[in-house]
Amino acid sequence: MAAAMEQGTDAFVPYIKICRAPAAVTSAAETRIPSKPKDREVTTTSLTKSRGAGHAGDKVFSAATLAAGCLILVVLFGVALFLVIQAVPALVAPPDKIQGGEGFFTYIWPLVIGTLIASVIALVIATPIAIGVALFISHFAPRKLASGLGYVIDLLAAIPSVVYGAWGVAFLAKEISPSYNWLANNMGWLPIFQGPASATGKTILTAGIVLAVMVLPIITSLTREIFLQTPKLHEEAALALGATRWEMIRMTVLPFGRPGIISAVMLGLGRALGETMAVALVLSSGVLTASLIQTGNQTIAAEIALNFPEASGLKVSTLIAAGLVLFVITLGVNMIARGIITRHKEFSGAN
Amino acid sequence: MSKRIDVKDLNVYYSKFLAVEGVNINIDAKSVTAFIGPSGCGKSTFLRTLNRMHEVIPGARVEGEVLLDGDNLYGPGVDPVTVRAQIGMVFQRPNPFPTMSIRDNVLAGVKLNNTKISKGEADVLVERSLQGANLWNEVKDRLGKPGSGLSGGQQQRLCIARAIAVEPQVILMDEPCSALDPISTLAIEDLINDLKDQYTVVIVTHNMQQAARVSDKTAFFNIAGTGKPGKLIEFGDTPTIFSNPTEKATEDYVSGRFG
Ligand SMILES: Nc1ncnc2c1ncn2[C@@H]1O[C@H](COP(=O)(O)OP(=O)(O)OP(=O)(O)O)[C@@H](O)[C@H]1O
Ligand SMILES: [Mg+2]
Repeated sequence: MAAAMEQGTDAFVPYIKICRAPAAVTSAAETRIPSKPKDREVTTTSLTKSRGAGHAGDKVFSAATLAAGCLILVVLFGVALFLVIQAVPALVAPPDKIQGGEGFFTYIWPLVIGTLIASVIALVIATPIAIGVALFISHFAPRKLASGLGYVIDLLAAIPSVVYGAWGVAFLAKEISPSYNWLANNMGWLPIFQGPASATGKTILTAGIVLAVMVLPIITSLTREIFLQTPKLHEEAALALGATRWEMIRMTVLPFGRPGIISAVMLGLGRALGETMAVALVLSSGVLTASLIQTGNQTIAAEIALNFPEASGLKVSTLIAAGLVLFVITLGVNMIARGIITRHKEFSGAN
Repeated sequence: MSKRIDVKDLNVYYSKFLAVEGVNINIDAKSVTAFIGPSGCGKSTFLRTLNRMHEVIPGARVEGEVLLDGDNLYGPGVDPVTVRAQIGMVFQRPNPFPTMSIRDNVLAGVKLNNTKISKGEADVLVERSLQGANLWNEVKDRLGKPGSGLSGGQQQRLCIARAIAVEPQVILMDEPCSALDPISTLAIEDLINDLKDQYTVVIVTHNMQQAARVSDKTAFFNIAGTGKPGKLIEFGDTPTIFSNPTEKATEDYVSGRFG
């Protein structure tokens, strides 16, 4: 065996010589330099001067990105400023001048709660379905079916919201009202299912379901992309330990995709919070009620859309102030999401 | 706690492409077997058939038999999940789970089979596995930190700890040192020597000296040309393969006169 080792080293000698060769060339070049001072000058100045075109490109690019970044901030700031200035009259007006006659706060808080109820219903329904569908597409379906399904889901995201609203009011509300009756009769002891159920089915629950259908494609296609990015290396590590496919998903795909899932849900929530047309069409609005299957409740966005056309004076200010509140809610939701994501950065798999 | 492997007439396919053809090999229990051969000859492909990881790739399939102490891994009704729990694997690139702490990484495989392991038992197992992988002293103060925060060599030893924590019958290693510095490489080679007392170890390596240092037997794989299937050319005691091989191709390869 020792002989073999020696043979091995012998065989490597020519290889080492080849490696040496370029070094010899460099040293030859170095020895030539002193005889040619011009060369040397070029070498030293090249540290302070730069290639013209490449550097200019760098500058243009960084300036362009800076400008784009500033533009977004300016637009955002402008919108916020507009909202605040326009909203101030409603905030300082005497309570009896505001719609409802009891001040802005009394006017807005049922709308805030209504908005949150509708959005939460939408997310509670949509998130598990979206994650399930995304996992099916990314890890279970045969490849052909997966790409077809992915395509259909992306198409769903392109349907305008008024179409969803029309579907909700013309079809879903009618079809679903019998089951509201059933809920009222059998689970009426729960405050959220307290009867009598709405005969038309145009309730906040229906609106939430329509919103769920609308945010489903967003959450699905985003989470699908995230799931597909799980490193094969980690998936195989789990499988090689004897994990079933579901265990592999629990050990690698879901933890790896966690920040992405949160972002996707937040994007979905953003759409649900701000959705106007679908809710305006589906929900026959009213005062705040705990029951999800009675007529009642209203969301901020739908309230603004329905009242803005005929509004004037203080009423406009009130509606804009409502918009400002929605803006703040969305901002808060996004900040919470960011907080959740950064808190787990250490274990995120990005390092 | 260690079993032998006998492979009979194994053909390995990627869809229609025959990647490895007609392998017959008998791997003894409690021994180290090295696979050597030029790039693309199917060492990794063949290794992955030994714990049914090959079929994870879409379209990949196998013909023939792999017997673990006489039981065919590819027999009807055999669950690949069970097979993989008994035959551990260490990959070329260290792949600890980045979302888990060092401790949870070691316990990852154990928790799959035994979800109700008590904290005390788990602590003992973590220490024993990390000791076994020569990593305990370096990480004992930061078991709660993420596994991805370790150096490459430490990560690879963490992967070995994770593999031995489930007490497999066989450990497969695919170029476990190729991403490591010489010192980490030596640490892992020492570790392989220790593992041999308890486990059957199969290791793929491009480093001839490493094969000579760690293995009892060596298998040389070769390929006739691109698009042709890889084949097992020669299999024998490591000293024989390196100093007195039967085949001309083996001699050329181990002496560096290849190609
Ligand atoms: N996922 C795959 N799909 C199709 N063909 C593959 C796949 N992986 C490997 N192959 C082919 O199978 C053959 C054997 O590859 P394999 O990775 O087993 O070689 P290897 O001996 O491990 O090489 P190396 O020493 O470079 O790691 C090669 O021709 C390769 O192109
Ligand atoms: Mg390989």
